[in-house]
Amino acid sequence: MGFLAPVCLAFAVFYLYPAIRGAWYSLTDWNLLSEPTFVGLDNYATLVSDPLFWNALKVTGYYVVLTIALQIVGGLGLAALLHRLTRSLLIRSLLLVPWLVPSVTTALLWMWLLDANLGFFNHVLRGVGLDNQGFLTSPDLALPSVAVINAWSGVGYTALLLYAGMLLIPPQIYEAAAIDGTGEVRQFFSITMPLLRPILAFVLVVSLIGSFQLFDTIAVTTKGGPVNATRVVYFYIYEQAFTHFKMGYASALALSLVLILGVLTFIQLRLLRASTSDLT
Amino acid sequence: MMKKLFMAVTAVVLTASCGGGGASDGGASGEGKTTLTYALWDDVQQGAYQQCADAFQKANPDITIKITQNAWDQYWQSLTTQMVSGDAPDVITMQASFYPQFVKNGQLLDIQPMVTADKVDLTQYWPGLAESWVKDGKRYGLPKDWDTMAIIYNVKQAKEAGVDLTDLTWNPKDGGTFEDALAKLTVDTAGKRGDEPGFDKTKIAVYGYAPELNDGSLGQNSWGNLAVSNGFSYIDKNPFGTKYFYDDPKLVETAAWFKTIADKGYTPSYDKTSSLGTDAVLTSGKAALGVTGSWMIKTYLEATEQEFAFAPLPAGPLGRKSSFNGLADVIYAGTEHKDAAWKWVKFLGSTDCQNIVADNAVVFPAITSATERVLAAHEKAGREVQLFVDQAKAENGTFLLPVSDHADEINQIMGTAFDEIWLGQKDAKTSLTAANQQVNSLLAGG
Repeated sequence: MGFLAPVCLAFAVFYLYPAIRGAWYSLTDWNLLSEPTFVGLDNYATLVSDPLFWNALKVTGYYVVLTIALQIVGGLGLAALLHRLTRSLLIRSLLLVPWLVPSVTTALLWMWLLDANLGFFNHVLRGVGLDNQGFLTSPDLALPSVAVINAWSGVGYTALLLYAGMLLIPPQIYEAAAIDGTGEVRQFFSITMPLLRPILAFVLVVSLIGSFQLFDTIAVTTKGGPVNATRVVYFYIYEQAFTHFKMGYASALALSLVLILGVLTFIQLRLLRASTSDLT
Repeated sequence: MMKKLFMAVTAVVLTASCGGGGASDGGASGEGKTTLTYALWDDVQQGAYQQCADAFQKANPDITIKITQNAWDQYWQSLTTQMVSGDAPDVITMQASFYPQFVKNGQLLDIQPMVTADKVDLTQYWPGLAESWVKDGKRYGLPKDWDTMAIIYNVKQAKEAGVDLTDLTWNPKDGGTFEDALAKLTVDTAGKRGDEPGFDKTKIAVYGYAPELNDGSLGQNSWGNLAVSNGFSYIDKNPFGTKYFYDDPKLVETAAWFKTIADKGYTPSYDKTSSLGTDAVLTSGKAALGVTGSWMIKTYLEATEQEFAFAPLPAGPLGRKSSFNGLADVIYAGTEHKDAAWKWVKFLGSTDCQNIVADNAVVFPAITSATERVLAAHEKAGREVQLFVDQAKAENGTFLLPVSDHADEINQIMGTAFDEIWLGQKDAKTSLTAANQQVNSLLAGG
C-alpha cells in the first residue's frame, strides 16, 4: 500500500480533485472571473436542447467511426505483414515515425499539403487534369480529411500494438495449419483474428477514447468550420470554456462526455469479452 | 451546505498540493523600485515599444517596464487565465471589441479620475478614438494607434490586365468598375481573362480577388467596408448599442454580390478557399488583389516574391468607406502599482512615445501630429502609403467597428451565418435574418 502512495497522491491531486471540482462547476454559472453561482441542473437542461451539442456528438461519432476503421484496418494489415513477412526492426521503427511527430506539427504540415489553393495535393490533382478540392474547407471533405490525417499519424502505433499481440500467438498453430494446406488469408481470418481478440479489444477501447478526444488537429486546421462540419465535442467544450468563458456549461458538457465514454467502453469490453482469451 | 463541505475538501487538497504558496511577489524588487509588466500581441511592434520603455525608464529610474508578448490567438486566453489567478499584466494592450467583457467583470481600471486630474488632452488624438473607450461615464483606455483599409494588388498582374485601380466604383447590382477590374484580372489556365469569350471559370490560374470571407461579425477585411458604403450600419448605437441590424437589405445585397463573383470564378469558391490567409495566396501569385489593413503595410511592401502596391477601396453608392479601428492601453484593476501604471499609460499615450512609434513606421499612432512623422518614415523607405491617411481624413470616409457586449458569441454566430451564405447552403436574406434574431436575443438577455 505504501508503494502506491505517490501514485494515489498524484491521482488525487491531478485527477480526482479536478474531476470533483468539474462536477461542482457543472452545477454553476461561472465565467472564470466572477464568483460561481449555483444554478442546479440548468446547464444540463440547456445541453439537452442545444443543437450544437447534438451536432458535436454526431460529428464526433462520424469521425470516430472513420478514423477507427482506417486505423484498425490499416494497422491489422501492417501488423500482419510485419508478423508473417518481415521482422525488420528498421521497418518497425519507421512505422512509428508519424506517431512521434507532435500532433500540432502534423496538422500544420497537412494543412499546407491539403490547402485548396496552394497545397501540393491540389497541385498534383490539377497536374493530371482534375479539379482542385477544398480538402479542409469543404463541408463534405473536411472531417474525412481530418480522419485521414490522424489515421496516418496513428496507424503505425496501432500496428505495433497488434504486432505485439500477434507475437503471443504460438507459432505451432500456424505450422499445423500450413501442414493442413491452409493459405495465408485463411490463416489470418481463422487463427490470427480470433486469437488476437483481447488485444484488438484493448486497441479498440484505447483508440475509441483517443478519437473522442480529437482536438489539436481541429484547432489547427479547421477551427470547427465550415459551418460546424468539424465542430467535434472536445473542440466545442474548449470553445465554451475558453472562448465564451462559460465554465459551468463547459463542465456540464465534459461530464456528459465522461458518461458517454464510460458506457461505450463498458459495452465494448462486454461484447469483446476482453478479459478472456481463446488460447486457454 | 454542499458547497461548504466541498470548499473544506478542496481547501485541504489545495494546501496539500501547493504547500500554501500563492502569495504574489507583486513584481516589487529592491527598495522603492517597481516593475511593471506590459502585454502586447504584435511582435513587429515590440521593438518600437521597447524604445518607449527605455525612454520612460530614463525619466523614471524607479520604474522598470517588462514587456511580454503573446501571439494574437493565445493573447486573450492567457490574459483571462492570468486575471483568474490575480496575476495579469499591469498594463494591457486592448482591442475595442474585446474590452467590454473585461469591463463587465470589473477587471479594468477606470482612468477618468486620473485623466481629469492630469488634464490629459484628449483632442490630440484622431477624432473618435478616445470615445470608444468610455462606458457609462467611465474611461478605460488611452488610444495608441489606428488603422484603415485599402486594396492591395499585384503590380505586374494589374499591368498585364491593363486595369487602373486608383479610383474604382462599386455597387451591389453589377459590381461597378470594381467587378470589371476583377473580371480582367482573373485568368484561366488557357490564358483567357474573365471578360473574354471562352473564359473557363472552372479552370482558374489566377483569381482576380482573394477575399477574406471568413471574417466573423465585423467583415473588416471583406464585406464590412462595401456594405457600409452601400448604406449598412451595424448597430443602433456605438459603442454599446443594444440592437444589431445584420438583416438590413443593404448588407443582404452586399453578401449576395460576394457570392455572385465567386460563382463567376473571379474569387475562389468558398469551399476551395485557402485557409493559409490572403497574404499567402497573394504572395504565391495565385490571386491578383485583396483587401487589407494598414497594419500589413510592411508585410506586403517588403515582400520579395511579388511587387505589391496599395489602392483605395472601391467607392460605393454612398462613397468610399473604410473601417477605422484603434487599440488602446488599459490598466488591470488588480494591479498593485496603480500610480506607476498610470504614469506608463500616460506616457504611452503622449507625443513623446507616439513619435518614437511613428519613427519605427509600423503602425499609425493615435496622436494626430505623429501622422506626418510616420509618412515621412515610410517615404524615406520608399513605401507609398499616403492613401491610408487620406482615407482617415476624408469627410465621412470612415466608420467605427461595432462595440457591444457578447462580442465573442456574436462573432461566432455571424461567422457561421456568413459561412452558410458563401457555401450556398442558405440565401443571404434567410441566413442573416435568422442570425440577427439570435444576436439581438443575446443582447436582450443582458
